[in-house]
Amino acid sequence: MKSLRFLIPIALFGVLVWFLFRGLSLNPREVPSPLIGKPAPAFTLPRLDDPQKTMQREDFAGKPWVMNVWASWCAPCREEHPLVIDLARRVKVPVVGLNYKDRPGDARNWLERLGNPYAATLIDFDGKVGIDFGVYGVPETFVIDAQGVVRYKHVGPLTPQVLREKIEPLLKQLGALG
Amino acid sequence: MTRMGASMLRAALSALVLLWAGAALAQGPVAPAAPASAAAAVDPELEARVLKISAGLRCLVCQNQTIADSNADLAVDLRNQVREMLERGDTPQQINDYMTARYGDFVLYKPPVKSSTALLWYGPAALLVLAVLVLVWIIRRRTKLPADRFEPDPDGN
Repeated sequence: MKSLRFLIPIALFGVLVWFLFRGLSLNPREVPSPLIGKPAPAFTLPRLDDPQKTMQREDFAGKPWVMNVWASWCAPCREEHPLVIDLARRVKVPVVGLNYKDRPGDARNWLERLGNPYAATLIDFDGKVGIDFGVYGVPETFVIDAQGVVRYKHVGPLTPQVLREKIEPLLKQLGALG
Repeated sequence: MTRMGASMLRAALSALVLLWAGAALAQGPVAPAAPASAAAAVDPELEARVLKISAGLRCLVCQNQTIADSNADLAVDLRNQVREMLERGDTPQQINDYMTARYGDFVLYKPPVKSSTALLWYGPAALLVLAVLVLVWIIRRRTKLPADRFEPDPDGN
């Protein structure tokens, strides 16, 4: 018994190493959203193509939809944009843009130059709706189901891997992808 | 066991206990919610309350800063949100609830006590108790050892 005592510090060291190693593999940028599994927040926002017209949450009820938060001043948005275009081409449901804290003129130019994959783009000029959605860094992408419940949120630019492993399987499950 | 060693250990122990008590006192009572004033934008009393509340909220863009410290766009927006809510008459608790509903417990610098945070809140105290118990155990074991198990003190005591 006594001869095995040297194992105690080694075991404690092992526990410490495990904790430190776990800490290395966690990404502090990925803040779990409390919104997952909850109804999407209500909003009423003007459309980018016609600011006289507004759209609200209820306009999207009844079928799943994807919301992509972007801004013309956001470089990673430009980076992910081809993937958004590709996704919008393949899904059977609307991909909606939330133009976050942007100048509408800049936003329109941006879409003209890079392509407009969005069924509708909504202007969140002061970022209030962004706050309601818990947006803290553009780009962000939300998947909302037919009942209006937020099912998934991705922070940061979309990548082929995220689309393949998370978003597309979820959209398939929701019947939004053939 | 020498007298000097024992008194040093006793001093170290009492220092530990004092430290612990000091940390508990530093927490202090939570200030009660003051009634909201519907004053104009530049109201030093309101600003002080905005600062006080935002000092407890994490800026999600620059995660090691509070909303009060940070000049990130989102931090400014959230400070304005806090100000608006205070002007509307919301309590600090309502503001914290509003923030956690959107950004999760992560936004609070002082995490709530619940089962998933129990280790965080009570772990250090439990470790301290464990350490003191081990220390007492070692001391008691050593006091029972005969004198010839120790090296003689240099001054011959």
